Amino acid sequence: MITAESGPTPTEGGECRLEELLIDRIAGLLEGCRHVAVGVSSPIPGSAALLARHLSGGATRVSVLGSRHLQSFTDGGVEIFDLAAQGRIDAFFLSGGQIDGSGNINLVGVGEYPTQKVRWSGSFGSAYLYYLVPRVILFRLEHSRRTMVEKVDFISAPGTSDRNVFRPGGPHALITNLCLFTFDRDVQRFRLQSIHPGHTLEEVRDNTGFDFEVPSGFGPVPATPAPDASCLALIRGEIASAIADPYPKFAAEVLGHTAAA
Amino acid sequence: MTIDLIIDVDSLAARVPDGAKIALVKTTGGVPMDLVRALIRREVRGLHVVCVPTGGLAVDLLIGAGCVETLETSGVTLDEFGQAPAFGRAVRAGSLRLLDATCPAVYAGLQAGEKGLPFMPLRGLLGSDIAAHRADWKVIDNPFGDDDPIACLPAIVPDFSLLHARQADGHGNLYVGDTREVLLMAHAARKTLATAERISDGNLLEDDAMRAGVIPNVYVSGLAEAEGGSRPLGIPGGYVVDGEHLTLYAEMARDEDGFGEYLDRFVFGRKAAAE
Repeated sequence: MITAESGPTPTEGGECRLEELLIDRIAGLLEGCRHVAVGVSSPIPGSAALLARHLSGGATRVSVLGSRHLQSFTDGGVEIFDLAAQGRIDAFFLSGGQIDGSGNINLVGVGEYPTQKVRWSGSFGSAYLYYLVPRVILFRLEHSRRTMVEKVDFISAPGTSDRNVFRPGGPHALITNLCLFTFDRDVQRFRLQSIHPGHTLEEVRDNTGFDFEVPSGFGPVPATPAPDASCLALIRGEIASAIADPYPKFAAEVLGHTAAA
Repeated sequence: MTIDLIIDVDSLAARVPDGAKIALVKTTGGVPMDLVRALIRREVRGLHVVCVPTGGLAVDLLIGAGCVETLETSGVTLDEFGQAPAFGRAVRAGSLRLLDATCPAVYAGLQAGEKGLPFMPLRGLLGSDIAAHRADWKVIDNPFGDDDPIACLPAIVPDFSLLHARQADGHGNLYVGDTREVLLMAHAARKTLATAERISDGNLLEDDAMRAGVIPNVYVSGLAEAEGGSRPLGIPGGYVVDGEHLTLYAEMARDEDGFGEYLDRFVFGRKAAAE
């Protein structure tokens, strides 16, 4: 769900929007994937997957749910889940109304279940795909103490499982409007990887309800690199054109895509 | 042959008794909105609604109109038009028995149903609060493995699958194309009641290009012609969702009074605010 009203971020090669920075960075996280699947209402992850496909020279397959042209499923809604269970999907995106420091995600609501004062849509495929897809990228554009909590009110899907639970998948990274974390499955915690230009470590701490690892000994936490000029041109050209199929409004308003007459 | 299964929409709705377990497909799959409106008009009560695997406008309307006792779903949403308002109110009021699920769990339960099996095992789920709140789900040790716990989900066998097909024939065969979840629903349910955009001459099963997308009449026990029967939602291969109407619904249904006005106008067909 895209609600970000982002101003331009100054970069060496000019200016780029937060969305473009995220698309570029997420594409980096998808490097080497054979098959990336993207759920509904996900224009930024969808664009990132298409960029990863382009950068792979077409080796990465992309399936965008809800699109007629960017997926090839013929077995109905169950097919993506069957593919995931067979190990045929390497990366997927999930979000959460709440995400906690152990990687647990909550898509159900706030308060005591079932009579919750705030009820969200529901867990969709998360209680399955989170276990089975090796690189699940958590994506949330509102980074606040409301969304990044110490402990979720309801576990739609847990970040980690007992050793004997069949679990090839799980959280790989968490990317927000402020920063990028990776998830360390051994210590079951997030590690701050980079902070987006214009934001600070203090700001990340102030807006995060859980503890996380901060790399030490190498100076300050690095800034998330902005896409270079050629990558930006690619995002605003070829990628915008491709993502306009499922997300015409996003392609036009965010990436400046103008539909061919 | 079975021409007597072809009736009108209100007569279809009359066949669904109070307390029935019904299956409805997700918003994009061909939701029988005309039939849902007819159910609300006949004031059906105590339904157990199985969302395949999620719900939208139809489910929100049924909940708001007081037709639903149990809701089995992986999510209820109006998609880009926002949260489902009647669903949210019912959750806060505690007036629904909620069976929260995850999409593949609904499919797995229906697959057990279509195979006549008692249950289906499924990966994932373990350690989630979804599983913690589903007393009807069990965890067993994989009998072919070694210390490999796996969830088992009971078969979902709806009393009725309700659907809207883009085309039907006079024999009661329904064309649903590649919307395979609708085929699955029909297989799993005891009975299928359908509406169709149009009922054509001939036999859909004789067209090789269509045959794989046909629900054969062996599953179908009632059919009504309803052109535009999924509106204001869309139907694959036909029309698309009416965004203006969904925006209006999301706006009106924000409180109970507005929801009631919506029902009056668009379900009961009464004049708005009758004076």
